[in-house]
Amino acid sequence: MSLRGTTSQTIGPYLRIGLEWMVIEDLAPKGVAGERITIEGRVTDADGKPVNDAAVEIWQANSHGKYASPEDAQDKPLENGFRGYGRSLTDDAGAFRFRTIKPGRVPGPDGKLQAPHLSVTVFMRGLLKQLVTRMYFPDDAANADDPVLKLVPAERRATLIAKKRADGSLEWNLVLQGKNETVFFDY
Amino acid sequence: MNNGPYRRPYRDTQPPYLFPPYASTVKRAPSQPLVVLPHTLTELSAPVFGYGDIKESDSDLTKQHQGEPQGERIVVSGRVLDENSRPLPGVLVEIWQANAAGRYNHRVDQHDAPLDPNFTGAGRFLTDKEGRYRFMTIRPGEYPWRNHYNAWRPAHIHFSLFGQAIVQRLITQMYFPGDPLLEYDPMFTCVPDEKARARLISVFDWETTLPEFALGYKFDIVLRGHEATPMETRR
Repeated sequence: MSLRGTTSQTIGPYLRIGLEWMVIEDLAPKGVAGERITIEGRVTDADGKPVNDAAVEIWQANSHGKYASPEDAQDKPLENGFRGYGRSLTDDAGAFRFRTIKPGRVPGPDGKLQAPHLSVTVFMRGLLKQLVTRMYFPDDAANADDPVLKLVPAERRATLIAKKRADGSLEWNLVLQGKNETVFFDY
Repeated sequence: MNNGPYRRPYRDTQPPYLFPPYASTVKRAPSQPLVVLPHTLTELSAPVFGYGDIKESDSDLTKQHQGEPQGERIVVSGRVLDENSRPLPGVLVEIWQANAAGRYNHRVDQHDAPLDPNFTGAGRFLTDKEGRYRFMTIRPGEYPWRNHYNAWRPAHIHFSLFGQAIVQRLITQMYFPGDPLLEYDPMFTCVPDEKARARLISVFDWETTLPEFALGYKFDIVLRGHEATPMETRR
C-alpha cells in the first residue's frame, strides 16, 4: 500500500530546546584520516541581516569517498569514529562552523565520480520546509566535471564553492534571497 | 538496500517556501528557481544513530527534573513508516514543545506565562524494529505570537526525524484533535492539500491511554519512499 509523506512544518524559533543536545561542529576526532578543514560561514536574509536561529546540518563521505551508512555498499574503508554528520546552530551573527576532513569522491548518477562536496540542509523560522544545497571545495579540478554543478546555471555556480582564506580556512556563506542568492535544490 | 531514487512529494502535500500570511517567509524564501537534484549516493544515504546516543529518560519529559511538571500528562506514540508502508527502525526522533502554560524554556520566548522549573520540553527516541516510538509528556499550551493581530499558535509538539537517506529528513509539528485555532494558523493552512493537513493532527487513542494516569495520542509519521520497490528496480 502506498502512503503519502508527512507534511513538513517550520522548525520555529525554539529549535535549540530540541536540537542543541546534538550540536556536532567537530566531526573528525583524532586519528581520522584525511585533510583537516575548517568551514565558517554566515546565514543572511533578503536584507543581508544575519539569521540567528538557523540549524545548518552537513552530511559527507570520509576521505576515501565512503559514507558511514548501510546504504553505501562501496568496497571502501570506514573511518572509526567518523559519522559524517554535523549540526551547527547559528549565533547572533548568523554564523555557523564545522571542523572536519575533506571528503573523498563518491559516485554520481552516471557512475562517474562526483567532485568532493558536502550535502547541506538548512532549517529556520520562516522556512516551512528545509532548504537543501551543497558545498564544494575551491581549486578542485574535479569541480569542472561534476554532474551536479553542471546542472546549475554557470553564473550561479560560485555560490556553491567555498572560498579559501589567507589562514587556510574555508568561508562559505548562505544567502537566502537576493544578490548572490545561494543555489538551493529541489531534492 | 535499494539504491533507486526517492519519490518526489505528491502535489500540494508540502508547503511552499513563500507564504506571505506567515510573515517570516517573505525575507527568507529563495527567489530563484530551485535546481532539480538527482538522487546520488550522497542523497540516498544518511547518518546512523544508536542507543549510545540517547538515554531512557530522554523519552519521559515528566521525569527530567526533581519534581513533576504542571499540566496534563499525555502519552504520544506512533510509528514511523516510509511511503511504501515499510516500518523504519533506528530512526532518531527528536521532539520539543512549550510547557502547559504555553511558554518555551528559551530566552527568545518572552510570553507572559510562567516557566516550569520541572519542565524543559525536549525528548528523544530511537524507533524500534517495527518503527515505533513513544513519549510521556504533558499537553503543551497554546500561545500568542506576533505574526498578525491576535495571533495564537494551536497546541503542538515539534518533531525532527532522520531516515535512511538524507532526502527523508523531516521536521514537522504534531497538533491535537479539535483544536479551534488550527483554521486560523498560517503554518497549518499553508499546506494546500486538506488531507495532508489532517494528517498533522494526532488521534486520541484508547489503546495507549493509561487508566487513572494519562491520555494517549497517536501520531504516525511517513517519510519519503523509494520510487520502485527493491523487487522491481528500474535502473
